[in-house]
Amino acid sequence: MSTATRRDRTPDSHLFPTRPYDLVREFVIAAITMVVLTVALAAVFSSPDEHAITLSAWAKAAPADVVATATAELAGTTTSAGYGAPYNTAAEGQKLGPLALQKWAGVRIPVDSANDLVISPLRQAAAGDPTLTNALATWTSAPVAQQASWAGDYSDALTKAPDGDPAKVAAGSYGPVPQLAASYLSLARTGALQSELTSGAFYPTDQTKPLLLLADGAYLEDQARAEHLGGDQWGMMNETGNYPGQPWMWLYTFWYQIPPFSTSSNADALVWGVMAVLTLGLILLPFIPGLRALPRHLGVHKLIWRASR
Amino acid sequence: MSSADTGAVTGTETGSATGTDTGAPTGAATRSWTVRFRSWLTRAVPEGQWLPDRQPAYVRSWVYVFGVVTLAAFLVVLLSGLVLAVGGAAWWHVSRVGHFVNSTHLWSVQLFFFCMVIHLWGKFFMAAWRGKRALTWITGTVAFVGSIGTAFTGYLSQSNFDSQWISTQAKDGLNSIGVGAYFNVLNPGQMLLWHVMLLPLVVGILVVLHIVLVRRHGVVPPFDAEPPAPIHGVEAPDDGPAAAQASQVPGAQVPPLPAQQSAAAERSEVAR
Amino acid sequence: MWVLLSSPGAVLPRAARYVHWGVVQISLTNLLIIAAMLAVFVLALLLPFPADRKSERRERSGVQR
Repeated sequence: MSTATRRDRTPDSHLFPTRPYDLVREFVIAAITMVVLTVALAAVFSSPDEHAITLSAWAKAAPADVVATATAELAGTTTSAGYGAPYNTAAEGQKLGPLALQKWAGVRIPVDSANDLVISPLRQAAAGDPTLTNALATWTSAPVAQQASWAGDYSDALTKAPDGDPAKVAAGSYGPVPQLAASYLSLARTGALQSELTSGAFYPTDQTKPLLLLADGAYLEDQARAEHLGGDQWGMMNETGNYPGQPWMWLYTFWYQIPPFSTSSNADALVWGVMAVLTLGLILLPFIPGLRALPRHLGVHKLIWRASR
Repeated sequence: MSSADTGAVTGTETGSATGTDTGAPTGAATRSWTVRFRSWLTRAVPEGQWLPDRQPAYVRSWVYVFGVVTLAAFLVVLLSGLVLAVGGAAWWHVSRVGHFVNSTHLWSVQLFFFCMVIHLWGKFFMAAWRGKRALTWITGTVAFVGSIGTAFTGYLSQSNFDSQWISTQAKDGLNSIGVGAYFNVLNPGQMLLWHVMLLPLVVGILVVLHIVLVRRHGVVPPFDAEPPAPIHGVEAPDDGPAAAQASQVPGAQVPPLPAQQSAAAERSEVAR
Repeated sequence: MWVLLSSPGAVLPRAARYVHWGVVQISLTNLLIIAAMLAVFVLALLLPFPADRKSERRERSGVQR
């Protein structure tokens, strides 16, 4: 008991002289002020709402990107194909020092990029299309190494073609890949790809596959960078147009801009680790010697508790 | 904790007084879960401290209003969110009225964070965790972090370009520490439920706990402030020491100013 | 009124403005919000808090509320 008294000498606030203070009036005035400010700001500035990019809109706006992405999925060279947990086992994933948290969490949302994002939707669309059916049969019966070689070569050829235009690709041994990619583009253009990627669900609430596919392409990122939303543009704090974003994310965003985080392949895990430590520090500030004494030395309290009259 | 102790006594008295309604003798009251729960509640925040009409005289700065202002902004966030929920997830994309309600939701969130951060700054510079108020600080900062998470899931629930970009970017951070395996930002159905149900519930409970703790412990006194010595011969009224002080010092003056002697400062430095 | 006022981009121009300062890149809007927070905090510290002088005077003169 006496130890506790010695450790914290701050007296009970109820022992001090008091003066009238109308908490309810303060709350009502605060509430009215907040409602008026909110309505005024909403009326004057509105809020942003840029339409979602549909797979059909993507196919119409950037057909070459859809073809390149589908080919890269088949070649296994996209971000999602080589991601690791929680989608697949293609990579070890990020580590926080010795802690392989990403891997340990396991493959809980399985995504086999080539099959789930490209082949399976094409198979659903193949009925009544003998050319596509044949291309799919050729692909499926080929050994994995052959598949990788066809798709890899076509992918490289697309990169070299002017504007990535499939029509201008140099001749080569690409197997059924050009046919698969072309069919994929028309499937995307019609809008059918969208529902096929959500397993044809009547109530699709999970957009993991369409979003992974979109993120594997270049179009989504191009649109975001144009809006200054890129990771290395402090994008996490930003919003489309001139709207306020999440200014409270400044510290989290900051770490990504400086070494070692900006150059590390473990950047996400490292930044999350740093932020976890700092957040714990903020929460447990009352127990951290030195830091908890800071407010006394900073002296701002002298302004708050000055004799006002 | 003299105030809480006083409350406990008051609680027990109230308990035995109302206990007669059930015809139970006073001795049996301790076995009644109802009476024990009631006296626990009364001990948590003694009557008269829930909504006091007086505050310590040192509560005299605009910085103090930002707690209540943040609470008001939080309620506007909840209210605009409730209205936004009426028309469903896609309403605001197709209706002018819905879009306006969405705008009020966005700006109320901006105001909420605006006020909450000023409140946080103010409480930091007061070292408002002193005097057994650590849990008040902890509930406040956890509510702040929880609010960031809630706002984040709001961005993911917009079902527009923002949601697409933010979710595909944020997945990498969450996956890198294994959280993404369970909290899938690419699943807007999951994110919407977290945004409108689970996280607001958590933040709401934290806010209630935070306010209960603030009311229970009162406003933190200035550094090194000493309460005036009690006046002998004056009996404290039933409703606690605050009221007792009020009756002793009717026209409360400026609070006792912090003792600026370095010795005193050093002493309490060690003490904290 | 809503029809007129709530159209997106009615007031805020489409092309956003950004402030670059070394490694820091921040949108003008976010910067203004942070500056406003600091300004409001400083004002809250400096402006005198209006006391409820009437009821305090009443108490001093012993009048019951």
